[in-house]
Amino acid sequence: MTLSTPHLLGIKDLLPADIRLILDTAQQFKDVLQRPVKKVPSLRDVTIVNLFFENSTRTRISFELAEKRLSADVLNFTTSSSSVAKGETMLDTVNNILSMKVDMVVMRHSATGAPHFLAKHVPAAIVNAGDGINEHPTQALLDALSIQEATGGLEGKKIAIIGDIMHSRVALSNIYLLTKMGAEITVAGPPTLIPKYIKEAFQVNVTYNVKEALEWCDVANVLRIQLERQNQPLFSSLREYNLAFGISRKLLDEIQKNIVIMHPGPINRGVELDSDVADGNESIILQQVENGVAVRMAVLYLLSNRES
Amino acid sequence: MKTILNEQQISLTIKRLAHQVLENHIDFTDTVIIGLQPRGIYVSDKIAAELRSNLKGKVLNYGILDITFYRDDVRREIKVPNKTDINFSIENKNVILIDDVLYTGRTIRAALDALLDFGRPLKVELCVLIDRRFSRQLPIQPDYTGKVIDALISQKVIVHWKEKDAATEVVITE
Repeated sequence: MTLSTPHLLGIKDLLPADIRLILDTAQQFKDVLQRPVKKVPSLRDVTIVNLFFENSTRTRISFELAEKRLSADVLNFTTSSSSVAKGETMLDTVNNILSMKVDMVVMRHSATGAPHFLAKHVPAAIVNAGDGINEHPTQALLDALSIQEATGGLEGKKIAIIGDIMHSRVALSNIYLLTKMGAEITVAGPPTLIPKYIKEAFQVNVTYNVKEALEWCDVANVLRIQLERQNQPLFSSLREYNLAFGISRKLLDEIQKNIVIMHPGPINRGVELDSDVADGNESIILQQVENGVAVRMAVLYLLSNRES
Repeated sequence: MKTILNEQQISLTIKRLAHQVLENHIDFTDTVIIGLQPRGIYVSDKIAAELRSNLKGKVLNYGILDITFYRDDVRREIKVPNKTDINFSIENKNVILIDDVLYTGRTIRAALDALLDFGRPLKVELCVLIDRRFSRQLPIQPDYTGKVIDALISQKVIVHWKEKDAATEVVITE
């Protein structure tokens, strides 16, 4: 049994069986990470380059750790200290790296479709670590694993995705994944941050009232306000956003129901999530980070057999 | 397809294996048994049950080990991993590995690697239901053998279990 695709470009291309396979494999890697020796020799002869054309802490460290736990050789690349600053094209950069016998590429880029372009032109397995406002597939997979652990499954579960839906690749990947696995989704946030035809396009519920979404859901995945991608003012101030759409302890107490709070990080404390909620009992934010390594190990392991 | 052992023979063989293991490790205070995923656990389950009925309430440490991530052919074919469950220390213990068919020896090589990630055992022994001698690719031999079979490389020796397949039997197919 293998994945139906040679790359992981987005959840959009995956079959439900692929998602199941990745999650089941991740579960086994999670066990590996509890052992005294947290490392397996599976990718001993594989070289992986992490190409980060956009800033990242969590994702890059998580990928690097996953690669090292699989015994792969790891190269790290960030644009600020590279020839990209001298004007080299992305394709040239990648081909130069691949000519040094690299087998897999993990890539983050601020342009939507950059990994898809690369997959068409280079002979290596590509893993998308976030492309612009399109997809962030490993985040959706680790969110799914975390939801599964917290609630016992995905099918029929009610998931609210709250905040900046418009600019969030996490939201899109989550919507694809959860719909494929039979969960129900409500997106909530200010009208300016929710795409107009999302309801028709993805069969999700839409509400502009966060309290309503919280009352409905089993799990609330709260997203970061992506100020760096907003080139026009879409709400009047962060304080006003917090008052209308932020999740506070008071709001959680009012809904009289136990829900699970998730956040893909980095958190803007006091904007989308108040500190006492982010650090509260409902929060599984740090479990998400823990699951990230196992999920990325599973993805790299399952894509590693491509003959190059 | 030819049947080599039927259900009754398998059951007797497993009882014998359990008693041979018992003979060498009497009270099992410093000995643990570990079955190999995916198909060795059907043998190890039965050996563990037989040992427990003879140990009269003494604790038997029994775990299962999956070697998928330790295979030497990872890049040729991706295998789906199974569960590993070893909830005791193997440090300075006698470990008895149990599998159904010993063929090239590569699975056992991987198992030895995997085992070392859990600690440093004092001694490792190997117990198999079927030993396909003359087809080894590595210098690995069993300490306890159910039945020795001479089969051609082109033939397959499969142990079926009624928990999973139609009947419990050992067959040889062309």
